Amino acid sequence: MAKYIFKRILHSIVTLCVVICIVFVLLRQMPIEGYFNNYDKMSEAAVQVSLQKMGLTDPIPVQIVHYFGQLLHGDLGTSNKFRQGYPIAKIVAQKAPISIKLGLISLAVSLAAGLPLGIMMARSTKTRWKLWDKFGTVFIVIVEAVPSAVYHLLIQLYGSEILGVSMLFNVDNPKTWILPIFSLSIGNIAYYAMWLRRYMVDESNKDYIRLARAKGVPEGKISRSHVFRNAIVPLVQYLPQSILFTLMGSLYVESLYSIPGMGGLLIQVIKLQDNTMVQALVLIYAALSVLGLLFGDLMMALVDPRISFTGKEGAR
Amino acid sequence: MNYRHFKAAPLEASLQEELKKQVDPAAAYADLPEEELFTPARFDHSAAERGGYSNYSYWGATLRAFFKNKVAVFFLAVIVVVLAFTFIQPLLPNQRDPKTINNDPATGVQIINRAPDEEYWFGTNSIGQDLWARTWAGTRTSLGIGFAVACFEALFGTLIGVLWGYVRKLDTFFTELYNIFDNIPQTLVLILVSYIMRPGVGTIIFALCLTGWLDMARFIRNQIVIIRDRDYNLASRCLGTTTGRIVTKNLLPYLVSVIALRMSLAIPSAIGNEVFVTYIGIGLPTDIPSLGNLVQAGRVLMSQPSLRYQLLFPTAVLATITISLYVVGNAFADAADPKNHV
Repeated sequence: MAKYIFKRILHSIVTLCVVICIVFVLLRQMPIEGYFNNYDKMSEAAVQVSLQKMGLTDPIPVQIVHYFGQLLHGDLGTSNKFRQGYPIAKIVAQKAPISIKLGLISLAVSLAAGLPLGIMMARSTKTRWKLWDKFGTVFIVIVEAVPSAVYHLLIQLYGSEILGVSMLFNVDNPKTWILPIFSLSIGNIAYYAMWLRRYMVDESNKDYIRLARAKGVPEGKISRSHVFRNAIVPLVQYLPQSILFTLMGSLYVESLYSIPGMGGLLIQVIKLQDNTMVQALVLIYAALSVLGLLFGDLMMALVDPRISFTGKEGAR
Repeated sequence: MNYRHFKAAPLEASLQEELKKQVDPAAAYADLPEEELFTPARFDHSAAERGGYSNYSYWGATLRAFFKNKVAVFFLAVIVVVLAFTFIQPLLPNQRDPKTINNDPATGVQIINRAPDEEYWFGTNSIGQDLWARTWAGTRTSLGIGFAVACFEALFGTLIGVLWGYVRKLDTFFTELYNIFDNIPQTLVLILVSYIMRPGVGTIIFALCLTGWLDMARFIRNQIVIIRDRDYNLASRCLGTTTGRIVTKNLLPYLVSVIALRMSLAIPSAIGNEVFVTYIGIGLPTDIPSLGNLVQAGRVLMSQPSLRYQLLFPTAVLATITISLYVVGNAFADAADPKNHV
């Protein structure tokens, strides 16, 4: 197992390097006017001097080697436009906690609401009126089909009216936390409910469940320790990723409620052409997603002993 | 005990009857008419040639299964009506141009932010353009974008997905390629494209296509990996069927339902992406009406309750279209699955 993890991590590092190189090259295609606030008024010489200062005049391969050298020293670099001369690690350390806090709460809310909803839906497919199933399906269809950009707006608009709070986020007022968390959770609630229902319905039609029922195992025990236990495996894979991704924040929700988190940061710095910050953020995000996949696979092996990544047996 | 005695008499009688029949069958069935009896069959050459044949047709069964679903048929009707209306609307009499700024004929002042009434059905926006005309023009633009992106995704995503899943030698290559592309932020690509090309409908279609096919390719790849080693494909390979034929005759028909599902979801998600891209400021120029631009314009004004109609009307049209497409796509995918054709 350790060998497998080591190989995966080594592999991921190569992937990260390639991603960084591509992003590096793409960023250098941006027009140089973007680096200056008053490009029209600057002389040719002044432009050259400041480009030199930013290290943009060297050939691109040289720049890349420089950058990797800097990374190996554990230095993400300093921002050159967003907050001039400020270390990027510090900016992230300032902005990340609020995103993580909101993200974790909303993850907990979506698990606490989504999983029971999925279980209720799956169980009610066996009843006569399928009330829970119908109710849940309508909810899922609305959330999945209507673009999130639209329903977040409506939640903000009517939610703030119903709760009688301001539309904007305020750290000290816990009431203003409700709407962003609700907005962040609602998509995941639908997602978890939809897939858990699907997996549970599939599982409960299998022969071993019928055998268990024929043997007289109580219905509650069947759905707890057979159906749910097996249906949760594919969902568990996404859990580490969801936890890690809370660091990125949500671009749309955070900017709607003007939450000072990580959400809009990447887009902001891409637009400002703050190259070092874009590179640092892309590196962080890519590393998170690679780690998320790795932990997800490990988690799956942990929950389901039949899954193994080291042996060849059983694999096609 | 009385009860048992009552039941036993008729049972006893019928048992006796059966026994008699078994002892002398010829006499017992003598009164049966001739056609009820078995007769030995002669060997018939043409009967041996008659093979089994069912008049099952895939698309016939799919359509029958689809039209059984009343909810889906209702939403299909909604889509047809809305689609037809978006294209008929400019041809109707008394329609205003979506880009003209309307002035009050008496005073010559722009009619700004007029609430919906019988003259302006959806009201006017902040510079006096007719929101009714703009909503339908925007729907046309957004549906066009969505449809173009969905077609490209289906074609290109399926092609790459099949190569990725079926050709084992390419698996590592494409997996690595996917990992790399997946980690390049979509926003960076979108912003670069909007720098290099002039903003417009073509650019936004190109930008959304550039990043949209990845998910489709991975989805198709996973499906192909699941079915490529099934016994019927193994049998085909052993019989020397060419790869191209296996892909087109064995694998792709199996995937029709999932491709249709993905496509019907790709249209709403492309419309949603257009709204999002407009929100971060790299969408269509504001003079081209699109649902993204309308929602964005409505969002700016939404804190004033009297102007909320400018957000709510485009949102309602958008939600109607995306929900209908979603339901119809799901129902069609269910109907196209041969497992549901029994």
